[in-house]
Amino acid sequence: MIRFMKLARATAALTTPLTAEDFLALFNPVYSSRQLRGIVTRVAHETEDSATIYFRPGHGWHAHQAGQWARIGVELDGVRQWRSYSLSNAAGHDPAITVKDAGSVSHVLVRDTKPGDVLFLAPPQGDFVLPEHPRSLLMLTAGSGITPVMSMIRTLVPRRPDADVVLINSNSTPEKSLFREELDELADQFPNLTVRHWFTSARGRLQFTAQTIADLCPDWRSRAAYACGPEGFLNDAEDLWQQEAAVEQARTVPNVTAGAEAQAATGTLTIERFSTDLTAGAGHDGGLVTFEQSDREVQADGDTPLLDIGEDAGVLMPSGCRMGICHSCLIPLRAGQVRDLRTGELHNTPGQLIQTCVSAAAGPVNLDL
Amino acid sequence: MTTTVTRPGALAASGHPLVRPDAAKHLTDEQVEELGRELDAVRDEILAKRGSADAAYIRRVIKVQRSLEFAGRGTLLFSKYKPAWFAGTAMLSLAKILENMEIGHNVLHGQWDWMRDPDIHSTTWEWDFVTPARSWQHTHNDLHHRWTNVIGKDRDVGYNLLRMDPDQPWKPFNLGNPLYNAILAPVFEWGIALYDLEIPEYKEGLKSKEAMNRDLKAVGVKVVKQFSKDYAATPAVAMLTGSGKQALYGTLAANAIRNFWAHAVIFCGHFPEGTDTFTEEEVEGETRGDWYVRQMIGSANISGSKFMHLMTGNLSHQIEHHCFPDLPSNRYAEVAVRVREICTRYKLPYTTGPLPKQVGSTWAKIFKLALPPRTSKTATA
Repeated sequence: MIRFMKLARATAALTTPLTAEDFLALFNPVYSSRQLRGIVTRVAHETEDSATIYFRPGHGWHAHQAGQWARIGVELDGVRQWRSYSLSNAAGHDPAITVKDAGSVSHVLVRDTKPGDVLFLAPPQGDFVLPEHPRSLLMLTAGSGITPVMSMIRTLVPRRPDADVVLINSNSTPEKSLFREELDELADQFPNLTVRHWFTSARGRLQFTAQTIADLCPDWRSRAAYACGPEGFLNDAEDLWQQEAAVEQARTVPNVTAGAEAQAATGTLTIERFSTDLTAGAGHDGGLVTFEQSDREVQADGDTPLLDIGEDAGVLMPSGCRMGICHSCLIPLRAGQVRDLRTGELHNTPGQLIQTCVSAAAGPVNLDL
Repeated sequence: MTTTVTRPGALAASGHPLVRPDAAKHLTDEQVEELGRELDAVRDEILAKRGSADAAYIRRVIKVQRSLEFAGRGTLLFSKYKPAWFAGTAMLSLAKILENMEIGHNVLHGQWDWMRDPDIHSTTWEWDFVTPARSWQHTHNDLHHRWTNVIGKDRDVGYNLLRMDPDQPWKPFNLGNPLYNAILAPVFEWGIALYDLEIPEYKEGLKSKEAMNRDLKAVGVKVVKQFSKDYAATPAVAMLTGSGKQALYGTLAANAIRNFWAHAVIFCGHFPEGTDTFTEEEVEGETRGDWYVRQMIGSANISGSKFMHLMTGNLSHQIEHHCFPDLPSNRYAEVAVRVREICTRYKLPYTTGPLPKQVGSTWAKIFKLALPPRTSKTATA
């Protein structure tokens, strides 16, 4: 080990200001001293507008837990763009993302990716993961919201005979339903998985009423629930669980404040969001944004996230989910004021870390980047 | 970057400077304004076209450069054999020239920042040159490109060492002008490192002690790394084949060749006959159009083949580079056609010529300005 370190140091003496990785990249593009990369190994088309992309990550990646997501960077017209995608493979397997063609980045991923391509990566993260202790589970998914849940099912169902998973999976049609055949096969093969498909073209939108859910899963109240899907779907699910919690609380423990008690009685609901409503803080005046270390100044409006402002100005902005949940994009505020686009709340304490993906200028802003 | 620098606000679209330079005296305010709009349009057009082909271009150049560096340094390890010495030194020299000019200079200008690639970005890049990238960005991007050829503001006019303009007062020291320049050429990178420390500014109290200490530390670290790579580590490894001494000569030669070439090209940027210098009155109240005019009449191009342009880091398109310092260098050739046409139409000089002519012109000026002005200033003007 010591000899290896000496060797590495000796190499650096020969390559400065570059690193050994910069030269290794001549032979294998997975090497980079600054940016984690992966090489696409396989692309499997799932439905007509989605694909699963398998990749071999370079040094710096760590194994994912079922349900986690990773930031994936691709180049569009020569410009690197980042988005977050759930890893759909079972934990312990090579990573893969399943992507639905729904925007500029996902379009390139679904339509143009081929084995050998380079993906830019950030290690997996996220706390939409299986509970530590075995519990009976209810999974509620809609559309591409199945992807993290698919990783959980693939991880849990074949390996744990004691698992008990019910999946309610909403899609417009059977053809557009991701992983439908594999899910049906798993349900046939393993008694610990029950799959309830819900096709909105035939049955209309899934109504989150106690009755509808009970029809699909009679013991839903006793299960730990996970939901992933579009904003409206998740809001409906949250409403139902909150109502139930309130009812439980009123019935069983009237004198105890809401919270842990009530949740334990109904069952927890864990949700994973794919988008955020940023209109609450919009419609205000912006200001001059100064990126102090990068020596850039930009006039920003009051509706555009500082992340976009910086990227358009050529500043190397850290970024992640772009919806205010992952905190990958934090930058210290040096001076000035920003507005949280989700809530309209103002932040102006120097030194405070700003989530640039959901914050816009509210007057002049100086950022420490 | 440095506290003494204050950012200029956006220049006004219309108006006029206190004094318009002689070469542009025939233009009305409206004409200059229109010229500014036309050049802005050229820039917008390139920005709209910039994309994956440009990204592929810079990655290809970097790949070629690193392959040459790898092969060149590798070959020097066997340089006790004469052909290996020549091949290794040639490849390493080419690699160092590409690294310094087409890649380093242009990346540090932010020409590739739009790709959002942290591996090719002005804020992360460090180059194979003694002066630290951040120090150079300050004196070059901030000071030289803003104050291009303004006597008293742009210290690149002579680099505090040479008398490069008749408006710089003559001192007996200037008699050594040609000698200093000849000595500077092969050690150009050390000259730039010294220049970037801004010692005169420090002495004049324009640069703080903290800034000076920070810069000294940065350059010290860089000197150790650069020196040990080329003059210790590479010869040390070559000693395994008994080529230690020859490898040292090889790296010395490669650095000298790169320095010599960079010096020649850079001196052709603003010093050949036909380029103008400016007074502070001429920049006071400068409009967007006047700024462009100053960049165009204060810079000179070098004509030549595509390979020549590549090896000069496209600084052979100095005029275009000064108008649009952050456009990707591979676009300057097409921009040049437009800029030249605009200069012709507005009857502005557009200085260009083959390398030997421009180098000769620069040296002629260096010799001429070594001597005191023969007549009084008013008579020569």
